[in-house]
Amino acid sequence: MTRSVTGVDRLGEVFTTAKAEDRAALIAYLPAGYPTVKGSLGLLTQALEAGADLVEVGLPYSDPVLDGPVIQHAVDAALKAGVRVRDTLEVVEQLAARGGRAVVMTYWNPVLRYGVDAFARDLASAGGLGVITPDLVPDEGAGWLDAAGREGLAPIFLVAPSSTDERIAATTAATRGFLYAASTMGVTGARDAVSDTATTLVERARTHTDLPIGVGLGVRNGAQAGEVARFADGVIVGSALVSAAEHGRAAVARLTTELAAGVRGQHTGR
Amino acid sequence: MTSASQGLAGTAHEPDDRGHFGPYGGRFMPEALIAAVDEVAAEYEKARHDPEFLAELDRLQRDYAGRPSPVTDARRLAEHAGGARILLKREDLNHTGSHKINNVLGQALLTKRMGKRRVIAETGAGQHGVATATAAALMGLECQVYMGEVDTERQALNVARMRLLGAEVVPVTTGSRTLKDALNEAYRDWVSSVGHTHYILGTAAGPHPFPRMVRDFHRVIGLEAREQVLAAYDRLPDAVVACVGGGSNAIGIFHPFLDDAGVRLVGYEAAGDGVETGRHAASITGGSPGALHGAMSYLLQDADGQTLETHSISAGLDYPGVGPEHAFLADAGRATYEPVTDAEAMDAFRLLCRTEGIIPAIESAHAIAGALRLGRELGPDATILVNLSGRGDKDVDTAARWFGVVDPESLPTEEPPPGTDAQTGEREL
Repeated sequence: MTRSVTGVDRLGEVFTTAKAEDRAALIAYLPAGYPTVKGSLGLLTQALEAGADLVEVGLPYSDPVLDGPVIQHAVDAALKAGVRVRDTLEVVEQLAARGGRAVVMTYWNPVLRYGVDAFARDLASAGGLGVITPDLVPDEGAGWLDAAGREGLAPIFLVAPSSTDERIAATTAATRGFLYAASTMGVTGARDAVSDTATTLVERARTHTDLPIGVGLGVRNGAQAGEVARFADGVIVGSALVSAAEHGRAAVARLTTELAAGVRGQHTGR
Repeated sequence: MTSASQGLAGTAHEPDDRGHFGPYGGRFMPEALIAAVDEVAAEYEKARHDPEFLAELDRLQRDYAGRPSPVTDARRLAEHAGGARILLKREDLNHTGSHKINNVLGQALLTKRMGKRRVIAETGAGQHGVATATAAALMGLECQVYMGEVDTERQALNVARMRLLGAEVVPVTTGSRTLKDALNEAYRDWVSSVGHTHYILGTAAGPHPFPRMVRDFHRVIGLEAREQVLAAYDRLPDAVVACVGGGSNAIGIFHPFLDDAGVRLVGYEAAGDGVETGRHAASITGGSPGALHGAMSYLLQDADGQTLETHSISAGLDYPGVGPEHAFLADAGRATYEPVTDAEAMDAFRLLCRTEGIIPAIESAHAIAGALRLGRELGPDATILVNLSGRGDKDVDTAARWFGVVDPESLPTEEPPPGTDAQTGEREL
């Protein structure tokens, strides 16, 4: 089915709007079901209200090999509390119903189990815009690329500092919406400094694509967000927000506000 | 006699160039590690055509690991197997006490070729960890081994061995604190350290090229055994059997028999308390296709694709996945996979001790149990080749508890295993 305005289109608007305002977009990650399904909806809503341009709704998975301890702990808690795949779709639907823009971040096996076509169909009907796949590379993604194309969803793949130019070219060719550049070689988690490998990676990726590029892994405060915003089109923050989430909505709002100022180059100091 | 390097020569049963065995295998893993596995694949491809590499591998397997391993005719054990001839391929006699050294020596040599100075490994029973620590000591590599906290307790002897060999053992406290979680941590380490570190994956699973490469390093088991059985008995065995966790010892002994249509191949999976109880680790018998730890294969998962917790008395089989080539062979019907419970495995463990004077690894005891069952089915004219993949020194504590053969006062408190006689703490053979 073709939709008049697709997820890919609406994702594109996030970046054109930010560009028109001469700033980077702020992309906030929080897992569905943490601390509860309703609680996660509240936190994600809070992040959008406090200045996130887009949210990544994490789909909790039992074996998150690309995640550090903070996100591991949160998704583990969500799974122990009984969160299901359909809860993630439900959270996306609720966010979209309120005008929020959301993509899903998921390891691949839950999608395989749900059925790739069914997942694409249900996510698109829920109003989701795309899917970030930390352990699916385009090489294994033929079925997903077909399904995403049919539903107008953005397949969002990652590039890493270790990616060869050939792989960056192939990955960007398969990606829609925005490209996710991992700032550093490592798992998710807040870091003290933004690695300079990020700038190099973004420069390398730009020689292959005009897609907007979001940089993630390690950003934890407004100053770092400002730093990344100078060379990237999107700043992705995960672990720091999950840590804030442990302290409730107000903490998420505070950090998001700080990060939103950061991507606008308005954050002073730290 | 066959040499280890012949295992690397290439066969008629290879995956496609992206590592697919039919719908299984491939690479389901972070982009950050693709360059590293590409490097491993390219280096392995060069190495397996390099006479110097092959000669060095053969020298180490012969002079250091002690290959070839013998085949033992287990005549007293056979009396309990319907009179069938039971032949044991004695991988337990290799240096470090299991088949794991075959793969580790190959990958450690590869690590040196790639100019990396550090190796990491995951381990369940500790046999792969010990083998890796051993090779690292031999070749002057730094070594860190990830091991689930539960396993560090039930395989404490191997933890001590690894530390004596100079390796750092990291107990993993996430998830179910067993082999699956050790793999997760090893991947997380590798993403951060890939510039100077090689991940010596311990089984014929994970992303391409590991399933094929690890299999090739273990093919020597089947190549030797096939030649040994033919030389001694002038015939092929009727069946070749092995235990299957990730499946490295099984694929190593099965593979050289794939074209021998008359030879049955049977893998025995850990059924724990019984597949019907849900407390087991039988991925093919009780699982369904999915992607975990880098490859598509059979997997124990719930309706949402979350990995299920597994149970087996054997730490080395206590894993929810299986190598992709086994999944392929199972679907093709070329090999069959059957469950063996904790209780059946421990009965076979004791029987092998008492009839042959061999204390097997509890992993390998699953294969013995399967062979006993199969022997009764096939009858006295049958010849069954069993891969005795490891020795049981590491399991003495677990076995002593199971059978109540030590003074319970001398052991730390633990619930007696189900089925133990409450009065005597003993089990019947």
